[in-house]
Amino acid sequence: MKKWNLIVDVANCTNCNLCTLANQDEHVGNEFEGYSAPMPKHHHRWIDILSRERGSGPLLDVAYLPVLCQHCDDAPCIEAAENGAVTKRADGIVHIDPVKAKGQKAIADACPYDAVRWNEELQLPQHWFFDAHLLDRGWEEPRCSQVCASGALKAVKVTDEEMAEIKSREALRELKPEAATRPRVHYKNLHRYTHEFIGGTIIRTVDGVSDCVADAGIRLENSGSVVGETVTDAFGEFKIDRLEPDSGPYSVVIEVDGEEAKRLDVELGESVYLGRIDLAA
Amino acid sequence: MNRIGERLSTFAFLTLLYGIGFAMRFTASRYPEYRARLREMNLTAQIRVKEGPGRYYEIRYGKVSSRSGIHRNPDVVVTFKTAQLGVRIFTRPDDQLGRVNAAKSFSMTLDGPEEKAIWFMFTLEKLLHVRWRHGIDAGNGEVRYCNMANGGPMFVYVKDGKIVRMTPISFDDKDAQPWSIEARGKVFTPPRKTSLAPHGQNVKSTIYSPDRILYPMKRVDFDPNGERNPENRGVSGYERISWDEALDIVANEIKRQKTEHGPGSIACSHPSHHAWGNIGYYLSALRKFENAVGMTEVHHNPDSWEGWYWGAAHHWGGSMRVGQSETYGTVEDCLKDAEMVVFWSSNPESNSGAYGALEGTVRRQWLNEAGIKLVHIDPYFNDSIQLLGGKWIAPRPTSSPALAIAIAYVWITEGSYDKDYIETHTHGFETWRDYVLGTSDGIPKSPEWQESETGVPASDVRALAREWASKKTYLGAGAWGNGHGGACRNATGIQWARTMVCLIAMQGLGKPGVNMGNLQWGTPLDFNFYFPGYADGGMSGDLAKTSMSVALYQRMPQLPSVNTNTQVIPRMQLPEAIMEGKAEGYAWDGKSIEAQFQKITYPKPGFSPVHMLWKYGGSLIATMPNSNRYINMFRHPNLEFMVNQNIWFEGDTKFADIVLPACTNFERFDISEWAGLGGYAHHGEQQLNHRVITFQHKCIEPLGESKSDFWIFQKICERLGLATYFTEGVGELGWVRRQFEGSDLPKHISWKEFIRRGYFVVPAEKEELRAPLSWNWFYEGRKKDVPEPMPLPSDYTEEYLKGLQTQTGKIEFDCESLKRFDPLSPDRPSIAKYQRPAESPNAKGYEDFPLQLVSPHPRFTFHTQGDGKDSFLNDIPDHRVLVDGYYYWILRIHPEDAAVRGIREHDLVRLYNARGSVICAAKLTHRMLRGVVHAYGSSAVYDPIGEPGNSTDRGGCVNVLSSSRSQIRKAHSMGASCCLIEVEKWSAGEIALPEPEHRAVA
Repeated sequence: MKKWNLIVDVANCTNCNLCTLANQDEHVGNEFEGYSAPMPKHHHRWIDILSRERGSGPLLDVAYLPVLCQHCDDAPCIEAAENGAVTKRADGIVHIDPVKAKGQKAIADACPYDAVRWNEELQLPQHWFFDAHLLDRGWEEPRCSQVCASGALKAVKVTDEEMAEIKSREALRELKPEAATRPRVHYKNLHRYTHEFIGGTIIRTVDGVSDCVADAGIRLENSGSVVGETVTDAFGEFKIDRLEPDSGPYSVVIEVDGEEAKRLDVELGESVYLGRIDLAA
Repeated sequence: MNRIGERLSTFAFLTLLYGIGFAMRFTASRYPEYRARLREMNLTAQIRVKEGPGRYYEIRYGKVSSRSGIHRNPDVVVTFKTAQLGVRIFTRPDDQLGRVNAAKSFSMTLDGPEEKAIWFMFTLEKLLHVRWRHGIDAGNGEVRYCNMANGGPMFVYVKDGKIVRMTPISFDDKDAQPWSIEARGKVFTPPRKTSLAPHGQNVKSTIYSPDRILYPMKRVDFDPNGERNPENRGVSGYERISWDEALDIVANEIKRQKTEHGPGSIACSHPSHHAWGNIGYYLSALRKFENAVGMTEVHHNPDSWEGWYWGAAHHWGGSMRVGQSETYGTVEDCLKDAEMVVFWSSNPESNSGAYGALEGTVRRQWLNEAGIKLVHIDPYFNDSIQLLGGKWIAPRPTSSPALAIAIAYVWITEGSYDKDYIETHTHGFETWRDYVLGTSDGIPKSPEWQESETGVPASDVRALAREWASKKTYLGAGAWGNGHGGACRNATGIQWARTMVCLIAMQGLGKPGVNMGNLQWGTPLDFNFYFPGYADGGMSGDLAKTSMSVALYQRMPQLPSVNTNTQVIPRMQLPEAIMEGKAEGYAWDGKSIEAQFQKITYPKPGFSPVHMLWKYGGSLIATMPNSNRYINMFRHPNLEFMVNQNIWFEGDTKFADIVLPACTNFERFDISEWAGLGGYAHHGEQQLNHRVITFQHKCIEPLGESKSDFWIFQKICERLGLATYFTEGVGELGWVRRQFEGSDLPKHISWKEFIRRGYFVVPAEKEELRAPLSWNWFYEGRKKDVPEPMPLPSDYTEEYLKGLQTQTGKIEFDCESLKRFDPLSPDRPSIAKYQRPAESPNAKGYEDFPLQLVSPHPRFTFHTQGDGKDSFLNDIPDHRVLVDGYYYWILRIHPEDAAVRGIREHDLVRLYNARGSVICAAKLTHRMLRGVVHAYGSSAVYDPIGEPGNSTDRGGCVNVLSSSRSQIRKAHSMGASCCLIEVEKWSAGEIALPEPEHRAVA
């Protein structure tokens, strides 16, 4: 049985908001009988985009994280719903019945991803429902992935076995593994949002003239063991990523021509740009 | 013709006339729409041969009767000089040239009161139109139409007269296959669908915006025959009036202005984009109207190109591309041969190529797949850096020319530039070299020298210069990569664009892998397939001020139009022109490099100063520098009358005496190509992955009493006796059809199929026929072989198509055109130099304003399109922020700059300098270095908390703060994308804030 999944590549999201806008276009002012009531014009963002800056100039990066209904196989909202207001469709989509769910705020409150919105006016929990009304009419994908031009959102209809294979091949992760809800939305490059980096610029000043040091070896050590290695680029910059936040003391060992030129100690909280490190100084 | 021939023609003519009456009755019986049309007016119309036979038609309460003969007192008379001509006109409706020739030679005339005459002609035309079937049944009671916005083409699903959704176009089996490029062992091919810019996907919410103007309105204290109270503009409310009343007031005022003041007193001001579509466009219907009435032109500065036009063009020509580079073939060349791309003030992910939606995104992602290195130079960590990664170099705003010159210094001192190319392909290098090295002025422009100007470490500059010299490198300058947007619009924009030309010339522009571009332009499409762009003038008939003469005029014959009022006002000095009665500037005219040296003086000798302003479309407030000047102008008594023709009640509209409600292009017919620009952006479709031409369906009826721009012009013209000339007796849909016929579309798709499906994808060019690579002809010494008809023949120095437009035919480091014009110019010397702008941090007079505010083209909106209007975009946290129930514009500020001012995330802040003040919401970010703040230009909302033009704005019009100073004296150039300000925390405190005035009429 093929089921719907959504793959979100955080590295490809550029905050254009087309997914969110397409979702508003589809649902504001439109009722789809049996599927959904109209979405409020403002403040509802069934597809929300969170952002995070890491580091500081010039070594900065900014990640955007689309967050939307995860269509969990173990969905807390289904548990929280009374009289079968929330159901799991055979194609994997979680369906909130716009009639039966009326008045059930518990459905919105139950979501560990904060992805079910409460429509105050209609007294209705609402979510991004994969545009099931369109898929049932033969559309090949939901609005959000159709409009995505940067490859950040991809809807795939595959068997659970095929999806497991894709997950391991592409190193997809869950947004909140601790929630243990078996989501059908899978994230690629999530470290850009959840993890940290240590970076810096290596220069050398000779006779008052500074130059970037390219191809310097950078070794990152934690409790004596090597946790990352890289070399500086033409601008003397390096960046070692995917470190756990607040993961404590690190040593950055800088090697030039195979010899240790400098060693810096870093206590890592959030991502850090160590600045310009002058080997001559 | 012999007598038998004449008799036969007469017989055929009369038979046809009989048939027309029959067709009207038959059509009315079958088509309710036609029945309704016939009930609109009672009249008697005569069709006849001059001094010969004819037939007349009596239309009464929806019934048509017709009789052979000549009526004694018809309302409308259509006369043909001969029966033969009549037969020809009626039997060959697509013979545009025949119709135009007959009209021009007065062999075919239309007489009678124009309202009735035009109505009758359109009613005849509708016999054909009513049979046409539009759109595709999409099931579920929905019809799928097509349309287009600045943000891209789209399917529009309509149910029960209401738009359900708008989506990008996913191609089906019938649509052409895309191109592919093989490079570095990979095959790159774009997806088979179109993309949308955010403001494109936002359109539905702006169509159904509560800010739509639904009825004609009059300012309550404006009396055209009594007190006009111009000082109350922007303060007084409005009352609904009828269309007839509104049109009469406006038409009478036009007559009064011309009678009392003489030619020149009526000016027309329009934005670059009000709507999308080649017929209902400013260079089309508006231009013909403007010419027909004889309005003073409010002359645009080259607003998105400044530095390229006033600067770069003197080095490498390209005046007909506003000083920008050619772009053909660069996507393929870059992917195949480049090793690095330097994005310099280039943020294509934000600016969507202005018209190209997100088409370039996938191509730029290929850069990473191909392993091409990226460098981004921008004071702001822009969206393209965010998506693509690479080295970020952040010079202080307006300092980029210094950085560029220091790169040249490294190349010269290290000998790492293309000396042969400099020798054979360029002119005057030594003069520039001596400046760079400091031989001529004692100041070596070393990486260390630039550090104090730019804040960029000298080591970074050397590293960049060495990387650049050691790798085949593309220079992507501005949003398009060949110019447009970015740093060319700040106070040193001219200097910057000039240095960009110098740098790429030093590395051998045109050799494989060395060119201008950032993959936004230069896709391998079919450029021989003809479809006119918007600048080609549509139905304007204007050969002087559109690019109609390039091709459209022959392909779509129409009556010519000429504005006899040759008075011109430079747009940036419109306020001074009105309030002080004088203004000066220089022309935006791309015909030659020297055309920009023409001085404009207002008032023009013998013409009247302006006393009436026709405002069309988007807002001057928020898009023009030092905006308070415009507001004060709107309220000035010298302006006796101001009419505003707009879709939304916002910005300038709230200052008008009469407001004419225009509908969107989703409520009327039109036709266009996606990113089909023409003119100065010849082959603008090069930024797309697929050429897509749309029939712009009238998806829904106009909301309220709003009307198409064409209709509004027609109705004014009817009151001035100009409507037959303006319309040529052809309605809006007929003009759309004429544009179709004039293009290459009929060779590929029938009209019937085109208006049913609504779009056509032009097949990609065969690989072996692709356009040659830009500049490669120059590099290799061939004649110019890229498919652009520029420069004009007389602009070649030695031989046609040989060399560049410059005097030497080479890239000139030392510009002969500038030496000829103004050899001692202090602010535009003949070589590119760096001069710190007057408005620099710590400069005299700016001590109290330490922050450089960068205000580029907006990311989510297009000009003022999409912003405000209670649209979906307001909910984007990076566009506006909701604080205390009000959507505030965003100011981006470095956390340390915020901390010293006690500002926290989403605090309201006041941005101010000597020119004015604006309230924004603060967003703390490391995306700029300290001392730089960032807020986009072009807020649609102007919302003063006190007297308009003289109080703080909380709508977000940051151009209230920018300078109207021209970048250089002898130009009409904006340098407004950076100014100096201070920012402080703000709260309304005791001020009772007025409720935002959203709605036009309750």
